[in-house]
Amino acid sequence: MMALFARELKLATRVGAGAMTGVLFFLAVVTVVPFAVGPDLNLLARIGPAVLWIGALLASLLGLDRLFQQDREDGSLAILLMSEHPSALIVFVKCLAHWAATGLPLIVAAPIFGLFLNMEAKAIAATVATLAVGTPAITFIGAVGAAVTVTLARGGLIIAILVLPLVLPSLIFGVAASYGAVEDPAPFTQPFIMLTAVTLFLAVLGPLAAGFALKHAID
Amino acid sequence: MSDISAKSRRPAPPKPASIWDYANPTRFLGLANAVLPWLAGAMALAFAAGLWLSFTAPEDYQQGRSVLIMFIHVPAAWLSMMCYSVMALAGLGTLVWRHPLADVSLRAAAPIGAAFTFLALVTGSLWGKPMWGTWWVWDARLTSVLVLFIIYMGIIALARAIEDPLTAARSLAIVTLVGFVNIPIIKFSVDWWNTLHQPASVSRFGRPAMDAAFLHPLLTMALAYTLLFFTLHLMAMRNEILRRRVRSMRMMAAREAS
Repeated sequence: MMALFARELKLATRVGAGAMTGVLFFLAVVTVVPFAVGPDLNLLARIGPAVLWIGALLASLLGLDRLFQQDREDGSLAILLMSEHPSALIVFVKCLAHWAATGLPLIVAAPIFGLFLNMEAKAIAATVATLAVGTPAITFIGAVGAAVTVTLARGGLIIAILVLPLVLPSLIFGVAASYGAVEDPAPFTQPFIMLTAVTLFLAVLGPLAAGFALKHAID
Repeated sequence: MSDISAKSRRPAPPKPASIWDYANPTRFLGLANAVLPWLAGAMALAFAAGLWLSFTAPEDYQQGRSVLIMFIHVPAAWLSMMCYSVMALAGLGTLVWRHPLADVSLRAAAPIGAAFTFLALVTGSLWGKPMWGTWWVWDARLTSVLVLFIIYMGIIALARAIEDPLTAARSLAIVTLVGFVNIPIIKFSVDWWNTLHQPASVSRFGRPAMDAAFLHPLLTMALAYTLLFFTLHLMAMRNEILRRRVRSMRMMAAREAS
């Protein structure tokens, strides 16, 4: 499993500018927002956590179609699924590697983008923490979308439509916790725990369903 | 499983009242054709009664005539949820029992469910304008229905995108079931989000125990809507089976021609 993780990580980072595309897209989203809402720094600071979350969400959705597609085309997916390990475990490891290659750079980049948006340090820290806990959920549930569209040539857009409603809870709790850290009456811990719960739940549901779908897709 | 044109796969089973008998599409078509006129007739009667009761219902002391919208809106919202439950059941049927009709049922139900959800959203919006003074509010209930609508649309898009019926069947079933498991979480988080962001800025009219004068038309309309759903669903399933037959006939013709 460690070997699989290392392999996936290598492939994800080396094929087609892997991680950087996501970060660049994230940067593009964050840059577009001030043009749309105006350069008012107070307003930007207020909507900052939301902008970072939307950017990270869209950037995570962007790379999902690559999760299984190439492995299916060169046949390694079939070999992996025929090994003695349960398919859910294989999907889980693939998701972790995918997240480490595409999600982690987003989280590293988030504080810098937070400075662009004039966010205060506490808000940046809270948003980064929620992103770190919340974005794996997008990959886990996105794996289901990627698995059911793996036979399609251009499934990217459909994955986004399928997955977006299902990641709403993560978005809601993530943004709520980020605001909870800076705005006084709103709590931080409670939504943060909910966010963690959603991620853990999807970490079970997503790989199970995706593994099941892939098994049928390859035979 | 997709090979629906195979007419005589199983010999006549001894026990006649199992749902497996209707795994044979020809037999199912026979049943559908026999049941549909009665179902459609019952639906027409229920709608006639429901509409008559609705239009003769007294005016609400607060809402006036616009309370009529409720008799169209509320059953549509109920049906939007019932239809998804039917689809989830069909998804289970595809994955667990491999029932050939379960896939047909799921695929046929999706557009109908989307239509009911759309109807609920539109009538709700039309009702909201005179009542709340705005077409749309980000109220928890409205938002959940909107999300349900997006889920329906995603399922329909996926059904259209996958060419091979067998792959499509399993993919649709998995997506539908994952959505079904997630809907309570989405609903909960949206409720939570709404109470946090806008505490009671929308003053919904209080819901006292509904008067019988409104309850009876509402329930009759709900019955009519349910019958409408089953009529449309059976018709859509029949069409889907025929469509698959046409497809396999075309493929056979193409194979012979080549």
